[in-house]
Amino acid sequence: MPEKNKFSEYYNKITKSRLFWPIMGLVLVLLFNLIRDHSFYSITIIEGRLFGPIIDIINRAGPLMILAIGMTFVIATGGTDISVGSVCAISGSICASLVGGNFSGETKNPYFLAILVAIVICTALGTWNGFLVSKLKIQPIVATLILMVAGRGIAQLIVQGQIITVYYKPYAYLGAFIPGSLFPTAIYIVIVFGALALLAVKKTSFGLFLQSTGINATASKLTGITVSRLIFFCYTFSAFCAAVAGVMLSSQIKAADANNIGLFIEMDAILSVALGGNSLNGGKFSLGGSIVGALTIQSLTTTMYAVGVTAQQLPFIKAVVVIIICTIQTEEFRKLFMKLFNKDRWVKNEKQLVNS
Amino acid sequence: MKSNLSTLNSKSFFSGFIAAVKTKYLTVTVTISLFIVMFILGSVFFPGFGTMQVFLNLFIDNAYLIAAAVGMTFVLLTGGIDISVGSIIALTCMASAHLMENSQMNPVVVVLLMLLMGITIGLFQGTLITYFNMQPFIVTLAGQFMARGLTAMISEETINISNPDYAGLANFRIYFGPQSFISIGVLVAFIVLFVAIYILHFTKFGRNIYAIGGNEQSAVLMGLPVKRTKLLVYTINGFCASIAGILFSLYTLSGYTLHAIGAELDAIASAVIGGTLLSGGVGYVFGSLFGALIQGIIQTIIMFQGTLSSWWTRIAVAVLLSVFIIMQSLLTFRRDSLKAANRVASSGNHKAA
Repeated sequence: MPEKNKFSEYYNKITKSRLFWPIMGLVLVLLFNLIRDHSFYSITIIEGRLFGPIIDIINRAGPLMILAIGMTFVIATGGTDISVGSVCAISGSICASLVGGNFSGETKNPYFLAILVAIVICTALGTWNGFLVSKLKIQPIVATLILMVAGRGIAQLIVQGQIITVYYKPYAYLGAFIPGSLFPTAIYIVIVFGALALLAVKKTSFGLFLQSTGINATASKLTGITVSRLIFFCYTFSAFCAAVAGVMLSSQIKAADANNIGLFIEMDAILSVALGGNSLNGGKFSLGGSIVGALTIQSLTTTMYAVGVTAQQLPFIKAVVVIIICTIQTEEFRKLFMKLFNKDRWVKNEKQLVNS
Repeated sequence: MKSNLSTLNSKSFFSGFIAAVKTKYLTVTVTISLFIVMFILGSVFFPGFGTMQVFLNLFIDNAYLIAAAVGMTFVLLTGGIDISVGSIIALTCMASAHLMENSQMNPVVVVLLMLLMGITIGLFQGTLITYFNMQPFIVTLAGQFMARGLTAMISEETINISNPDYAGLANFRIYFGPQSFISIGVLVAFIVLFVAIYILHFTKFGRNIYAIGGNEQSAVLMGLPVKRTKLLVYTINGFCASIAGILFSLYTLSGYTLHAIGAELDAIASAVIGGTLLSGGVGYVFGSLFGALIQGIIQTIIMFQGTLSSWWTRIAVAVLLSVFIIMQSLLTFRRDSLKAANRVASSGNHKAA
């Protein structure tokens, strides 16, 4: 008997964990792939590097995971940032145009400097978002919509309407492998980013302040939390993440395509956060959940491509997933669900509510 | 002492009244003057700009935007937002092109179907927002991607509309003079505009919209049908978006996945530049008309200028939108502080009494 108790205790602990459902989602997608294609899990080492569909997914999910970290903070404040895709495009464009598309592989400016400039400029753009939302109290969606639409125009101007292809060899390192490394570079970047973000959330009061801001901004302000500075920081950080992701995305294709870098990626980032079990209304959040969510999204994307869905049709499927997840999260849906399928318990609950 | 206080109070009431009127119509006045100034400047700098047809072309080129902006104004007035408009326009264009070209359907049936589709999408989004209490942005963001994905599912290639009746309708001209004309789309856009003005200012439903935007909780406490009104507002916006889609397909005579990308920003910008507050409760559809026209003028100026790329239009609109948003929030701050001052004055009066 005690053993069984222990088991149910573990069972409860696992299912109650915030990460349980996000991981289950990932497992579901991966299981589907196992049935569909047996070679999906093959990992081989070629020239000292890991190869295989799984590695590819992790590599491609890198930028998305970083975006998801930034987006988690923004959504935790109760806002949203839909400009990340355009910021990615700007950052990739700046980076590629500073390095230059010289056939001989020579660079106009050092690669390191190009990355730095791209990140600094894009972070500055993030402060604009933060200013609009935190100081002027503009609805986050409208504030970031401005940069979302204008941003692609700015990126187009930077590359002067052309696709810059970079022939400088090290340009591809960020999006693929650094010579001599077993794992793709994206893994290292994500680990560093995730560790820093986790440290900030768990070891400082930042995480707590963030949660309380998301749950009730007015009350948090009255308790002495500098809410507007916090919100300002979150939007700036989100743009910073987007800048890093943009540099990585541009490195993956070894080019700057202002029209397509990070196109629709804001949806993926929001979806990652939602799949990670975070409420889109703000408040409690889980960084780990978002990262698992990002992996799930990328697996889903890869799977969909393998099944034959095109890149332009994919948004439809993702949107359906978002709607379903968000609907399930709502209180109203739960009530409706209980009313329909669990009538007795619902009546009991209602009675209890009335009595109390 | 007492009389002193009361005169002071009435004075502050009077100045408050003037300030309120100023605040109420200020943005609309600014918008209309900006429109006139821009048109005059354009006429001065570019030869051939200041003609009747250039002016009328503003309406012809932006008929779809006017219709979309009217729908958006309804949503913004309740304090909500809808960013699925651009995709609905693209979906309408693509679906009508597909139905007319590949299924050989009658244009009248197609147009009716499209309107029905817009209403359905609006109703669906509205239900999720009002009855499931989901945030408008996430629902309409999903709607945006859904409609764009559906468009790609119909066809990823451009479909040109060659239906003679539909093309005839698109090329139909209403002449004012020997050389000045408008298209049928302009007429439709103006009908939409006037119906919207009637609904917003002369019906109970319209007053409910303003009340909800002013303060939703008060509206609930007053016993107004808040949920039903909001649901209807999103449905109206879906309807307007599908009208905008039909006007856009009449204008371009084609369906394409990337049609009207970013049109939701244009529609929101039209409403905001026209004086609608993003926080809801304040604004006029009439202002949105001028908001749309100002964007048309920017586009025309960039076209006449010739050397700037078309991307500058987007950037210019975004900058203008930012300026108006900042102006609005300054006005709102002033209005709030004015209210606070009034409150202090009236409480002082109470004590004296």
